[in-house]
Amino acid sequence: MRDNLYADTPDLQALRMRAKNLRRHILAMARGQGQGYVGQGLGIADLLAALYFHELRHDPQNVGWPDRDRFLLSTGHYSIALWAALAECGVIPLSELSTYGADGSRLDMSTLDTTPGVEIIGGSLGHGLGQGIGMALGLRLDGSPARVFVELSDGEMQEGATWEAAMAGAHFGLDNLVALIDCNGIQADGAVVLDMEPVAEKWRAFGWQTAEIDGNDMAAIVAALREAREGSGKPKAIVLRTLPGKGVPTLERREKAHFVRVDPGEWDALVAEFERTAETIDG
Amino acid sequence: MAEQARTLAMGQDEARQDARGIVEAPFGRALVDLARSRPEIVGLTADLGKYTDILPFRDAFPDRFFNVGMAEQNLVAVAAGLARTGKIPYATTYGVFATRRAYDFIAIACAHSALDVKIIAGLPGLTTGYGGTHQAIEDLALMRMIPGLVVIDPCDATEIAQATAAIADHPGPVYMRLLRGNVPVVLDPAAYRFEIGKAKVLREGRDVGVVSTGLMTERALDAAAALAGRGLSVGVLHVSTLKPFDAEAVAGFAASVDRLVSAENHVAGGGLGSLVAECLFDRGIAKKLHRIGLPDRFIECGSVPHLQARFGLTSQRVAETIAGLV
Ligand SMILES: Cc1ncc(C[n+]2csc(CCOP(=O)(O)OP(=O)(O)O)c2C)c(N)n1
Repeated sequence: MRDNLYADTPDLQALRMRAKNLRRHILAMARGQGQGYVGQGLGIADLLAALYFHELRHDPQNVGWPDRDRFLLSTGHYSIALWAALAECGVIPLSELSTYGADGSRLDMSTLDTTPGVEIIGGSLGHGLGQGIGMALGLRLDGSPARVFVELSDGEMQEGATWEAAMAGAHFGLDNLVALIDCNGIQADGAVVLDMEPVAEKWRAFGWQTAEIDGNDMAAIVAALREAREGSGKPKAIVLRTLPGKGVPTLERREKAHFVRVDPGEWDALVAEFERTAETIDG
Repeated sequence: MAEQARTLAMGQDEARQDARGIVEAPFGRALVDLARSRPEIVGLTADLGKYTDILPFRDAFPDRFFNVGMAEQNLVAVAAGLARTGKIPYATTYGVFATRRAYDFIAIACAHSALDVKIIAGLPGLTTGYGGTHQAIEDLALMRMIPGLVVIDPCDATEIAQATAAIADHPGPVYMRLLRGNVPVVLDPAAYRFEIGKAKVLREGRDVGVVSTGLMTERALDAAAALAGRGLSVGVLHVSTLKPFDAEAVAGFAASVDRLVSAENHVAGGGLGSLVAECLFDRGIAKKLHRIGLPDRFIECGSVPHLQARFGLTSQRVAETIAGLV
């Protein structure tokens, strides 16, 4: 059992290498699928690498371990990134990634909790944080050391349920709960349609110990996760500013849309561009 | 291994195989036409403007359009507030989010006060491969239980255009399912007249009568045409409005055929099939009814043609089902 992994000193270079692998998987899956949510996936690859290869206490060989840290992906449509992370850490075979979105595959476009390693059904947005609070309460009742990490999106902050959960998390003093808020600046209709700023101040005002970081900076992610281990009696929120399409300059620059447009003939060039960019990153 | 079909991205349509005409975004077009002479019409969405065909309205009347963000409860509450100031709000989201998340707001904020709110609900039944979170398989059952709410499941572009205008003239709350994107033309716009609460016989038949709603009417008509070639006379009664329900028309139609079938893009219980059964039983008409609809379970992700075929909603599967009855 991999116990208390996070006591180790993080190897940032190794984590960046994992993030590159996740991006490589994501591009391959998106290419096979014809697109998928490649922008979102590339944007949170760094966070998932930091979680699955550093912060989470989990056992890929035993996903039902009762004292595992939970990672809840509330945005079910980001599944492409979760499948990449679960395959990279050995929960599902790497060879299965090519089935993403295919009829009969368990690697759906949107997450179901029937796939190993998936804690909740994502996709009806706004469901994650409240369920995370229930899990954090339940684990605390059991005296479990496990913590609960909930990814949610900037768009999900527009759902009332998110703030109902935010109030409850602070009320119950859940310091075993970490909200990871992916602020990538986009939602279904394009750029964020309701102004959510100042995001970090909102979470602070709701009683959460809050950090705001560049969500594509591995050192910053690891440092913020470390701070979130603190037993301050408050739930933790990390606001991650991420760049959709991160790692593929052409996609980073493309019109900010819920679906980045990728022409079928473009994939070779994009993958080559990714590999060239990756070479310049230490990891 | 053969290349498998894949779940399509939100907003993408599968290419159609048949020769029917197509209208792009019939709801958005009709709303723009209507709103030119009706300044009280306003449009709202909850971060699904692109995917519910309401962008033509936003472009034509930017100051009468409100995107409230991804917040369906607030979408319906805001629409109710607008209605209380004399506006006629058309509020779009997906059927699942309108009915499941905002049910209380539709029931109380809109229907209880009979406010003039029109809820336009995308991705009805099995028209998306995104699985249980996105497939509105039980929305008609939920909505028809709300007192005073008009519930419409249009079958094609012609009906969507006509119904979009007709519901503005009906004072009170409406829940209308939306077919979006490239929508087929099944009904002749010159010949067909949509009326709230009126079912229409689209095809006469003696052996089997299909009572259908929504996109299943297209499938029923195609199945009837195919079966005619095999000597079977199949009639089709299109029920565009589940509430108020045209029980008289259904009872009359049932009496004119040997076997009765209902067909809906919805779970087979609680929607059209249940309404047909209720109305026949109420009238003491004993007739065996075969209900075509979705099973009592959540449906997986996948490509829409694959899922529709698997769950019996394609024209071919409807024809097979009917042929199997006689
Ligand atoms: C409750 C709910 N309402 C609407 C939708 C439809 N929808 C899917 S993704 C999305 C955009 C949400 O924005 P965000 O989560 O920030 O996603 P991003 O564009 O960054 O992928 C919407 C509105 C949904 N899945 N769930």
